[in-house]
Amino acid sequence: MTQYLLSTHRSADAAPGTPPTPEQMQAMMTRIIDLEAEMDATGTFVFGGALHGVDAATVVATRDGDTVMTDGPFVEAKEHIAGFYIINAADLDEALAWGAKTAAATGGPIEVRPFAATGKAADHMPGPSDG
Amino acid sequence: MPPPERQPITCPDRRTAEPLRAVEDAFREVYGQALATLIRVFGDIERAEDAVQDAFLIAMDRWERDGMPANPAGWIITTARRRAIDVHRREARGRELLYEMGAAATTATPPPEDDEEGPVRDDQLRLIFTCCHPALRTEHQVALTLRLLGGLEVDEIARAFLVSESAMAKRLVRAKYKIKAAKIPYRVPPAPDLPERLRSVLSVLYLIYNAGADDHERGPLRHDAIRLARALAELMPDEPEAEGLLALLLLNEARMPARLATDGIVLLRDQDRTSWNRTLIDEGHTIVRRCIRRDRPGPYQLQAAIQAVHCDAARFVDTDWRQIVTLYDQLMTFAPTPVVALNRAIAVGEVDGPGTALDELDAIAPDLDRYHLLHATRGTMLRRLGRIDEATDAYRRAFTLAPTTTDRQFLEGQISELLAAGASEPR
Repeated sequence: MTQYLLSTHRSADAAPGTPPTPEQMQAMMTRIIDLEAEMDATGTFVFGGALHGVDAATVVATRDGDTVMTDGPFVEAKEHIAGFYIINAADLDEALAWGAKTAAATGGPIEVRPFAATGKAADHMPGPSDG
Repeated sequence: MPPPERQPITCPDRRTAEPLRAVEDAFREVYGQALATLIRVFGDIERAEDAVQDAFLIAMDRWERDGMPANPAGWIITTARRRAIDVHRREARGRELLYEMGAAATTATPPPEDDEEGPVRDDQLRLIFTCCHPALRTEHQVALTLRLLGGLEVDEIARAFLVSESAMAKRLVRAKYKIKAAKIPYRVPPAPDLPERLRSVLSVLYLIYNAGADDHERGPLRHDAIRLARALAELMPDEPEAEGLLALLLLNEARMPARLATDGIVLLRDQDRTSWNRTLIDEGHTIVRRCIRRDRPGPYQLQAAIQAVHCDAARFVDTDWRQIVTLYDQLMTFAPTPVVALNRAIAVGEVDGPGTALDELDAIAPDLDRYHLLHATRGTMLRRLGRIDEATDAYRRAFTLAPTTTDRQFLEGQISELLAAGASEPR
């Protein structure tokens, strides 16, 4: 099993075009609830969430022992991550199938990216018992 | 003092001598087969590549002394397995892997001669689908296919795609990294995904062929594409499109010597048809007939059928253009693209005259305004209608858009012919 990040992005500016109607929003929520129920039933769902916009973001860095804060996102990009799932999948084909389902539910493209490692870093370090 | 006469620098053509080509093909085939199986065994492409290289070094020594074994791929696989197991025996962490690889292979029995045959074929098919996975970008699919299945060296692939060897090596490393990191599976896709995934494989092979088409130096790519298409058709006997691609390549290849008879390109209507390769045409025709009997048409089979009609004509004037238009109509139902419409218009020009063809070309012109062949075709039709000035303009436009020197040379010739014709006629 590998874990994959499925992420959705949204434009930093207000979304162009007409905003969705309440009925459209309701239909999308229903699709997402169904999708997540399917993810749960198959042991696919690990974690997920929707993020606030980048206006709510702060970048924190340390410089010579001082903490420096900057209002806004780290990367000045046109599009920012808006929400994500972390899923379990046997291989990329399986992860891509979940990505396609998520794209159909949300109506936007989904980036599928494998985790190189998950959990705590200490779990990946050789312990004293391994010697 | 006159400058010393310079010898033109040319790459030695690795396929000039027939026997050499056969030996090289055999080597590449064994390489591809052994690698495919070892990737399954080791679950890692780079490790498998190293093991095959090692085994080939041993093989060169041994085969020179004892002669070639009956199943060279099986020999390489067994030797590579043993070597890898030896290496892991020396490593403490190798115990688990040793178990996975099947410790039985280490016993002192001679290499199996034929029992690897079945799995080897399945492994090759798996590897084709991994290399051509749609999650990889096209140029990476092409590079992986030529390296891992075609058995070409990195510098050979680099030369064929006009990039430096280090750039091509990097490309391969990145592609292999993605396969491993993202876990692109090593298997033949399940039935619901198969048609789409097979399309991806076929288009990679067609792209490899076309990269070598109309080009004297990159010609070996055509040979590699045909070799791989032949292997695919044998591996997937129930997929008529795989056979369709093979037939299409064979029928194109049959005419390539006539097309490349001069420095530039010789058009179909001017080709010396006696120099067409009859053996390739016969094989292509046999496959096309089989496809027609099977009656499960698809875009590659239809393109092959169109080429089969061309190959049937002893002279250009004997071409059955009505049949070709009918086949293009069918092709349009599978692939309704402007490029197919352009080719259909050329055939229409032969049946209904250049005026009708020009109307059809004008209908698709907005979609293909940046495509040199649209303008070259318009030029041809305009010339046939006697509209010489417009024809010259169309060829000039084609010239500015043409991607290769060969294309530009050809168009330049057309333009000067027209200028000469225009000058000799009163206006």
